[in-house]
Amino acid sequence: MADLSANFLGIKSPNPYWLASAPPTDKKYNVLRAFEAGWGGVVWKTLGSQIKNVSSRYSSVDYNGSRMMGFNNIELISDRPLAINLREIAECVRLFPDRAMVVSLMADNSREKWHELIGQVEDTGAHGLELNFGCPHGMNERGMGAAVGQDPEIARMVVEWVMEKATIPVITKLTPNVHSVVPSGQASVEGGTNGLSLINTIQSITGVDLDTLVPNPYVAGQSVFGGYCGPAIKPIALKMLTTISQDPITSRVPVSGIGGISTWKDAAEFLLLGATTVQVCTAVMKHGFRIIEDLCEGLSNWMDEKGFKTLDELIGKSVPTITHWEDLDINYHIVAKINPDKCIHCGLCYIACEDTSHQSINLAYGKPYNTYSIIEEECVGCNLCKLVCPVDNCITMVEQRKGDEYVNWKEFQRRGLPLNDH
Amino acid sequence: MSIVNNRLTAEQYGENFSDIHPPFETRDAALVEANRCLFCYDAPCIKSCPTSIDIPKFIRQITTDNPKGSAHTILSANILGGGCSKVCPVEKLCEGSCVYNLMDEPPIPIAKLQRFSTEKAIAEKWPLFQRKPSTTKKVAVVGAGPAGLSCAHVLSREGIDVTVYEKESKGGGLMTYGIAAYKVTPQFCEDEVNFITSLGGIAINYNAELGKTVSLADLQQTYDAVYLGIGVGLARQLDIPGENLIGVEDAIRFIYDIRTNGYPAVPVGDKVAVIGLGMTAIDAATQAKRLGASEVTIIYRRTQAEMPCTETELNLAKLDGCRIIWLAAPQEIIGENGRVTQLICSLMHLGEPDASGRRSTVETGETMTLDIDMVIKAAGQMPFEALVNDNHLENWKGKITINDACATNLRGVFAGGDCVNGGKEVVDAVQAGKDGAKAILEYLNS
Repeated sequence: MADLSANFLGIKSPNPYWLASAPPTDKKYNVLRAFEAGWGGVVWKTLGSQIKNVSSRYSSVDYNGSRMMGFNNIELISDRPLAINLREIAECVRLFPDRAMVVSLMADNSREKWHELIGQVEDTGAHGLELNFGCPHGMNERGMGAAVGQDPEIARMVVEWVMEKATIPVITKLTPNVHSVVPSGQASVEGGTNGLSLINTIQSITGVDLDTLVPNPYVAGQSVFGGYCGPAIKPIALKMLTTISQDPITSRVPVSGIGGISTWKDAAEFLLLGATTVQVCTAVMKHGFRIIEDLCEGLSNWMDEKGFKTLDELIGKSVPTITHWEDLDINYHIVAKINPDKCIHCGLCYIACEDTSHQSINLAYGKPYNTYSIIEEECVGCNLCKLVCPVDNCITMVEQRKGDEYVNWKEFQRRGLPLNDH
Repeated sequence: MSIVNNRLTAEQYGENFSDIHPPFETRDAALVEANRCLFCYDAPCIKSCPTSIDIPKFIRQITTDNPKGSAHTILSANILGGGCSKVCPVEKLCEGSCVYNLMDEPPIPIAKLQRFSTEKAIAEKWPLFQRKPSTTKKVAVVGAGPAGLSCAHVLSREGIDVTVYEKESKGGGLMTYGIAAYKVTPQFCEDEVNFITSLGGIAINYNAELGKTVSLADLQQTYDAVYLGIGVGLARQLDIPGENLIGVEDAIRFIYDIRTNGYPAVPVGDKVAVIGLGMTAIDAATQAKRLGASEVTIIYRRTQAEMPCTETELNLAKLDGCRIIWLAAPQEIIGENGRVTQLICSLMHLGEPDASGRRSTVETGETMTLDIDMVIKAAGQMPFEALVNDNHLENWKGKITINDACATNLRGVFAGGDCVNGGKEVVDAVQAGKDGAKAILEYLNS
């Protein structure tokens, strides 16, 4: 059995799954339920000056009958009294000493306020701090949250304030509402942060109610940009995580990965692209804490099959395979192959290729079932037919190299090799 | 043993004749199935629908919250798409060719989704179609069955003024009078006819029968064209001794009575033999059982491999408790005091394939005798041969002959549906009506 235990800057947890700073970690009641269910750790919902929330707060995007493919919220940081939060954090640490307790912070914009808050939180026995430089709604209008994370120099300054005071590990949480997360990440690392986490939510409008004509979520005839999360954002989060893993400065610190993680496969992907732990929110808001069982079992079984004994063996393992386009091998060539025994004659591959790609699939009329076959000489190996095919492994991509040697675009140009003629 | 009516209580009738294919109860339930649809290209289901309804499109329109678009997609291809969703043998048409069958998964419940999309449109008479301005051209349609109504609707949409002549007092043809009541109710049929005529430009003259109150010659004179969708008549004679005994009933007449007079009024025997194994035979057998007959036996002279009904229909009869005797042909009906008491059948075996490609049946010389008190004849229906001949329409054994343009030998007279093909599905008649309308429009514009 693989060892799922995680060690993030000395913050230990029995598995790499933490609950992200969000409504599920707003109070002791929820956190104890999560720990009882088996979650490895939590990042307590952001503390700061007490605020007031509105109603409603959430909206979502459904896709082909699947609910909450994407989710957004306009909730602010914790709206509970700071003293209650601090007391409950201490109780949770005492009751579950083996779980990671990280506390998210967003102090008002002064060195004193940050120092005061850090001191109060460290007194609870929490194991780490996460700086919320990412909240994209409400708090940013007050010069906090994403307003800090979007400006590398402000981020650096606040991290420096924090590091003057903090005695436990500090994780800086980055906002994705920037052209690149790297500059703020670099500034934070240079400012002294011990670790990074990403991504926070993405500014969004999930949709417009076509009866009221008001966008979601609805608040008394108005709405506001919300923070988008859930399965829909995972690819964006993975890309941003990878840029942090590749950068020589940001890659010096460990990263806690966040963004649409719903299954053990998602988690494995975040780990492979450089995350040391992962944080989950939307999936538990949809299903409850019970999903932790499969998150652990699935990851463990996969690690056993692949021969990974500890998380360290797979963290960042896929990062080196992400390269520049110019380094890709142009001689690598694949063509689609349809398995006629598996084909159900739905025609989805044909119409996708015919209308939108390279007219590489032949249709032989039949009633009621047409027969489809690949025109290999036209196939560019784009994968589209395989992606739209509803039958697993009915369409496979077969390697047919254009040449034995590795030739990238720069070399291709240097040699003056021929471009396409049609 | 006797043939009596009022065998059951009102509750029992209600239960026995309740909707056999209940609709989706909620939109969410429909969405679960609609979202399974793969949206196939050049979809096998479309090719297997005689009216070529764009099934993937109408199902997608359910998922995109476009109920009007969905209903329009169905009804523009098949104006009786509501009724067809209840009576089509989809297991051998659209659903039978759904690609999920090839994955050994249940096919998309196309009929049920089609009902979901059409039922509200019909009940609320959504104005999904608009007539073009009147062309002042006039067409007579004889028969307000599926072929005639389908033809009339297409013509009226194109600005033709249509008058329909119907011998019964209600429209719908076999939909209204010839199909098991647990599949489609008379009320639904009436709503469907009203939906069709709500387009405008279609006047239906009821109780107007060709050859009696209406003459083809007059119609030819009064109208620019005539479309005959007169269907077929009563069941084929058995041509065996005892056929005139009391208790020998015609399946079409039997079903007609159930639909016209209501369940308690229709008499049924204790022990009923049904001759034949087409859809009508199943409808007669199951309804005889549901009216309270204690034993229903279906007599079929071939085997299951040759039966004209679908397996789903056969299972329906079996689940209703009907017995099936294969390889038996009626030889003589025995009576006492003028009433049926026994049916003697010849036992058969299969020989060489006949002209229809099915293996012929050969008598073994053995017989069997069934004690019964009612015989329902359902061995195919007879075309209106005399009527067709009286009007000098070219025909083959009473089935009207038409050319590729749906035209009969009489100038300006077109025909389609059961009166041409001898009796197929409702959906085939709808397509025949569309084809007839297209041909008439070309004729009128030439």
